[in-house]
Amino acid sequence: MSILTLKSVSKSFGALKVTDAVSLDVQAGEALGIIGPNGAGKSTLFNLIAGNIKPDEGQVFLEGVDVTQRTPMERVHAGVGRSFQIPQPFNHLSVYENLMVAAQFGGAHLGREAGLFCMCILSETGLEACARDLAGGLSLLQRKRLELARAMATSPKLILLDEIAGGLTDGECIDLVKTIRNIHSQGTSIIWIEHVLHALNSVVDRLMVLNFGKILMVGGVDEVMHAPAVREIYLGIEV
Amino acid sequence: MILVDTLIQGILLGGLYALFAAGLSLVFGVMRLVNLAHGDLIALAAFVILSIGTALNLSPFVAVILAFPIMFAVGWGLQTCLLNHVLGDDILPPLLVTFGLSVVIQNGLLEIFTADSQKLTAGAIEVQSLALGPITVGVTPLLTFVSSVLVIFALNQIFYRTRLGRAFRATSDDSETVGLMGIRPNNVFAVATGIAMVAATIAALYLGIRANFDPSIGPARLLYAFEAVIIGGLGSLWGTLAGGVIIGVAQALGASINPEWQILSGHIAFVVVLLVRPRGLFPRSKD
Repeated sequence: MSILTLKSVSKSFGALKVTDAVSLDVQAGEALGIIGPNGAGKSTLFNLIAGNIKPDEGQVFLEGVDVTQRTPMERVHAGVGRSFQIPQPFNHLSVYENLMVAAQFGGAHLGREAGLFCMCILSETGLEACARDLAGGLSLLQRKRLELARAMATSPKLILLDEIAGGLTDGECIDLVKTIRNIHSQGTSIIWIEHVLHALNSVVDRLMVLNFGKILMVGGVDEVMHAPAVREIYLGIEV
Repeated sequence: MILVDTLIQGILLGGLYALFAAGLSLVFGVMRLVNLAHGDLIALAAFVILSIGTALNLSPFVAVILAFPIMFAVGWGLQTCLLNHVLGDDILPPLLVTFGLSVVIQNGLLEIFTADSQKLTAGAIEVQSLALGPITVGVTPLLTFVSSVLVIFALNQIFYRTRLGRAFRATSDDSETVGLMGIRPNNVFAVATGIAMVAATIAALYLGIRANFDPSIGPARLLYAFEAVIIGGLGSLWGTLAGGVIIGVAQALGASINPEWQILSGHIAFVVVLLVRPRGLFPRSKD
């Protein structure tokens, strides 16, 4: 069964077509990576999926239900979790409280059960030790982890990760990949935009390449990475 | 001993100012909104208590309980129908709108209740006093102060211990991102203003028992409330209580020197605190 379907979704900002007739099908439990040069429309695609912007044309389906006109909040409740490229934690709340907000309002967890649920996510994402710290004082890695943890706290079926490995050291990256792989192995579908290819490729089943708002190619990791067109456009290598 | 007596009367008076300020502080803490109509909403609450008490022949202490849901609804409706539409990055529109609202409420009250001054009559409790050693304190001022501590305590508990409070604080931090967590900021704001109006109603009860009121008293109460909030540090509820007490004590000390100096010395204390601590006594960490 497909968790997410896009049917020729298009979006323009003025004269610029940022998303150009993108059609896509993500199966339940699948992990899809999205790559492409800066300005290819990757984050816009996430905004279209999460509902922050509405498409000019085309439709968005979650588990077969047309959600094109639904608000971001309704899509959260329908099972779309999102972590942002630039972490946006609630700075004056503790790490634990950040998760509680997401779990109680986004994931409909109540009372004591919500607390236990959040503690589980904290230990899964390696944030147990700083559960009581204010989110505003966290390091970059911790903020990225919190961004991931908070998206998980809304109990998503599909989680959108936007450049979550960007700016991390190799060691930090390996830890984070482990966590993401763990989430994936529990059956959560993942769509992951990432420039750090070795991190991305060690998790995803398929890669999609975006260029100028269009899908250049979708396929297995090896197939895509070795395609001449991808190497030329994405990696800037003349072949 | 006269000094100690003056200090205690000042502290108890400060409780009343803290009650004026509690709702203002809460609303500012949640949505960065400075409600210039807060004083007039206190006046409105006093008239609501008066009307209920007169119509049903109830003591103001009972009438206030019936006034709570009414004032909560007033706050909720005000936020939903008016203030949510003007909140944004620009702080000027909400200031102008609440200023206008202040004028509307004052004139509305004037139209309905005339300019005659009114009072809530609570019976014997108004003149009862307790002897604490050599000091004698009025029961009503004591009750006012205890209520202010309870109100601030309750607001703090809500703010820091409950699901609703987490929504308040998360929305205050980032009202866009909370939408992705399933929170509707406009609903959160409406509930916060509703709760602020309940606090304002408690303030109105003691204001009405302590002194006469008429439709024009709002702006002066707003000023005291403002000063209490700013002395305490914007967004800090216990700071607001401390701010109220400082103004109360300053006024009592001023009055003990010369009765004409009562109001002035409160304002002087405010200016002095601002000179020494421009961000107030207990400012929240920098945004």
